[in-house]
Amino acid sequence: MHFEFNVEGGNFSKAGTASSQLKKILKQLNVDPKVIKRVVVALYEAEVNIVAHAFNGIIYIDIDTEKIEIKLIDEGPGIADIELAMQQGYSTASPEVREMGFGAGMGLPNIKNNTDELKVTSEVGKGTTVEMITYLSS
Amino acid sequence: MKVKEVAEKLGLTVISGANGLENEISMGYSSDLLSDVMGSAQSGDIWITLQTHKNVMAIASLKDLSAVILVKGFTPDPDMEEQSNEENIPVLGTTEDTFTINGKLYNLLNQ
Ligand SMILES: Nc1ncnc2c1ncn2[C@@H]1O[C@H](COP(=O)(O)OP(=O)(O)OP(=O)(O)O)[C@@H](O)[C@H]1O
Ligand SMILES: [Mg+2]
Repeated sequence: MHFEFNVEGGNFSKAGTASSQLKKILKQLNVDPKVIKRVVVALYEAEVNIVAHAFNGIIYIDIDTEKIEIKLIDEGPGIADIELAMQQGYSTASPEVREMGFGAGMGLPNIKNNTDELKVTSEVGKGTTVEMITYLSS
Repeated sequence: MKVKEVAEKLGLTVISGANGLENEISMGYSSDLLSDVMGSAQSGDIWITLQTHKNVMAIASLKDLSAVILVKGFTPDPDMEEQSNEENIPVLGTTEDTFTINGKLYNLLNQ
């Protein structure tokens, strides 16, 4: 099964739409609730990162009998030092975004903790790609 | 304990999402940092915060939280209230601060 979602940078009122859709789909497919919980946390954080830090992006989701594969490709400022960005507490979020309670620098660590495989690649001035895989049975 | 019972015992106002008053509360989680809640709250938790925007309900729904308590007389933005009604996740209000309401809630849930 294949799904795609568009994400608009800056539009916080729509943040989480794709995650909420994926949760419904996985429930219908009778996926283990523990797996659903992890995937939903990871996708939400990656989705909000596009909203908070990039201009726009597309989410590609592929589900088969073994795994859930998610790829988020955005156009945006990119990440200069990915290792640094992965550290808990590191954030470049704007004051407005922080005021909403985002910008704790915990999103990428949450993604790491809730996926089986994670790959972040980025080109400064162009955009960022986040690829994550979650296996349906551990 | 059900959300309804906690609301009655602690004198919380039911602002929205009244259809979720029968939701069962397991424990509570207090934080105003959304990624902290995303990473650490457990399903069934009641969430104590002063954040009043729609993303609070998105997280409450994704994490299967039982209800949200807004402290210090804060009120939800209209679209947060709307989503609370749609998702049947109550938003409750108190004039007390986080420390006070956490203490009362902790005692009540651990009785
Ligand atoms: N898609 C992206 N495009 C550009 N920069 C990004 C992207 N995702 C993450 N970053 C950078 O990595 C930093 C850390 O991301 P992370 O998700 O851990 O924290 P945050 O988004 O700042 O805050 P939180 O997720 O806790 O609300 C961000 O502040 C930003 O500098
Ligand atoms: Mg983030």
